[in-house]
Amino acid sequence: MSAAGFSTGRLVRLAETARAPVGFTFDGEALTGLEGDTVLTAILLSRGALRASEFGPEARAGFCLMGACQDCWVWQEEGPRLRACSTPLAEGMRLLSAAPAQWPARSA
Amino acid sequence: MSRVLIAGAGPAGIRAAETLAGAGLHPVVVDEAARAGGQIYRRPPVGFTRPPEKLYGSEAAKARALHGSFDALVAEGRITHLPGRSVLALRDGVAYVLGEAREEIRHDRLILATGATDRLAPVPGWQAGGVYSLGAAQIALKTQGVALGRRIVLAGTGPLLTLLASQLQAAGAQVAAVLDTAPLRAQLTGGVGMALARPLVTLRGLRLRVGLGRIYHAGVTLERIETDESGPTAMVWCDARGRRHETRCDMVGLGWHLRADGTLADIAGARFDWDRAFHQWLPRADALGRAGEGLYLAGDGLRILGADGAELAGQVAAIACLQDLGLPHPEPAPLLRQLARMRRFAEAMACAFPWPDEAIGRLPDDTVICRCEGVRAGDLRNTLPLSGPEANRAKSLGRVGMGRCQGRYCQLAGAEIIAAASGRPPSEVGRLRAQPPARPAPVGAWLSEAPTECEAEAE
Ligand SMILES: Cc1cc2nc3c(=O)[nH]c(=O)nc-3n(C[C@H](O)[C@H](O)[C@H](O)COP(=O)(O)OP(=O)(O)OC[C@H]3O[C@@H](n4cnc5c(N)ncnc54)[C@H](O)[C@@H]3O)c2cc1C
Ligand code: FES
Repeated sequence: MSAAGFSTGRLVRLAETARAPVGFTFDGEALTGLEGDTVLTAILLSRGALRASEFGPEARAGFCLMGACQDCWVWQEEGPRLRACSTPLAEGMRLLSAAPAQWPARSA
Repeated sequence: MSRVLIAGAGPAGIRAAETLAGAGLHPVVVDEAARAGGQIYRRPPVGFTRPPEKLYGSEAAKARALHGSFDALVAEGRITHLPGRSVLALRDGVAYVLGEAREEIRHDRLILATGATDRLAPVPGWQAGGVYSLGAAQIALKTQGVALGRRIVLAGTGPLLTLLASQLQAAGAQVAAVLDTAPLRAQLTGGVGMALARPLVTLRGLRLRVGLGRIYHAGVTLERIETDESGPTAMVWCDARGRRHETRCDMVGLGWHLRADGTLADIAGARFDWDRAFHQWLPRADALGRAGEGLYLAGDGLRILGADGAELAGQVAAIACLQDLGLPHPEPAPLLRQLARMRRFAEAMACAFPWPDEAIGRLPDDTVICRCEGVRAGDLRNTLPLSGPEANRAKSLGRVGMGRCQGRYCQLAGAEIIAAASGRPPSEVGRLRAQPPARPAPVGAWLSEAPTECEAEAE
């Protein structure tokens, strides 16, 4: 099991299903979301969590969805983190539940 | 022309911008969201098809009016909207703003209309992934068309609790229980005051409540959220008669009404007072929202008066700004009378749906208080002999309020625990001072790129 927990989705789509598909990867696995999904929505439709907690055994899956709690950070293979609840999904995103091995690659 | 910057494009910020534009000024409006609307009138991304009636129910006409007015003013070039950007810091007439790039916005006057966040009380087990704020569940439904779980328990108190439950049900989600910690007695007493101030709104709330039927329970005590590695599995609670229940679920939504987000107001130099009615620290301002030299506050970030109150407060703050500039302005008196009614309603509502201060003071030592860093009630109590009963010192030693949310979701509960342990009211425990940046920002954004300089006035 990946660090990001079990592999059935946490979220359920109730409406707005007629949108164009958007491909991305999460921990190397190819997943599909819909245009207009946030990164959080797209990941949690297929996964139970975004990442593991740094401070306890529990998984992280966002909390406020309005950019105030910072619970929803995920990593990109290219390095910088994203706030998943307020970042729109984009085609080809390569997302990770943990920091890439070489991070931080760019020393400021 | 004077350069006025407005932070927040919710009902308060939109009405403030409209009032200033009406007087011939050209305000700049910054908001984190991609589209203007704020919390209640938050808009889904372009391409979503549910009409406002479906998204905002009884408030659809107000949503249409606000969005329409704002979009028209932007299209006519009478206001500048800078979406997708957070105001992180304020100093000497410059707002430090971060979106895709870093910007510095010079201004002469500043209207803060940054709204509120859910007010959270810890429940043992709430640190599990799959526990969300009530607002989160509503945002997910409104702007993404998703439910945050398959079997949902909503708990806490306040108008959003019943409203969200009915919205989720109407959209086809399964709501297993709606657990209101407000005793029926408080609801009846407060309800009378609410009905006197705003009969129709009160009746609408009552109707939603009745519609929930037997899944709604008043006067509950929340014992704990059962969890396994997948997240919540059940809510354990006691009903008003003390009988224990365990309701199976895979998602828990929690919220106790709202907490004014005073981060930017604090950074801008506003002073704060403990408000007994709202049971939280609120910024000090005059009747029109003046909170300092060239600083105006409006909406839920000043007083939690709801969306209609926020529209009024936005206009009033803009009027104060126009008065101070010596410009012609609309007459504030009728707006202030309406605001007084909103305030009576909101104070009665605070009595009807009280913050569970005593229950928080009694939380077991192993309850996580700070969800960001897993600091427990016992850790906080143990720091008190060293730190003394003062919130900022307890924070430096015990880390409650130090995490990524910057205390937004733990500081009120932390204050109750310190208060209960030291036998004094939470007002004497002190308020956590806000620090810039208002949102965590990557250091790289600060060091690498030179900022774009803008003036808060496009002409
Ligand atoms: C999650 C949530 C759901 C709610 N749902 C309902 C509901 O269904 N019905 C109801 O009657 N009331 C609801 N309320 C209350 C209602 O939203 C408010 O009464 C009303 O929206 C207040 O308007 P406002 O203009 O003061 O602030 P808001 O509408 O909250 O707008 C504040 C704006 O400021 C922006 N902002 C905040 N900080 C920054 C920053 N640092 N930089 C840039 N921009 C910033 C935000 O993005 C937001 O758009 C809800 C509140 C919340 C928090
Ligand atoms: S879920 Fe709170 S910031 Fe994203």
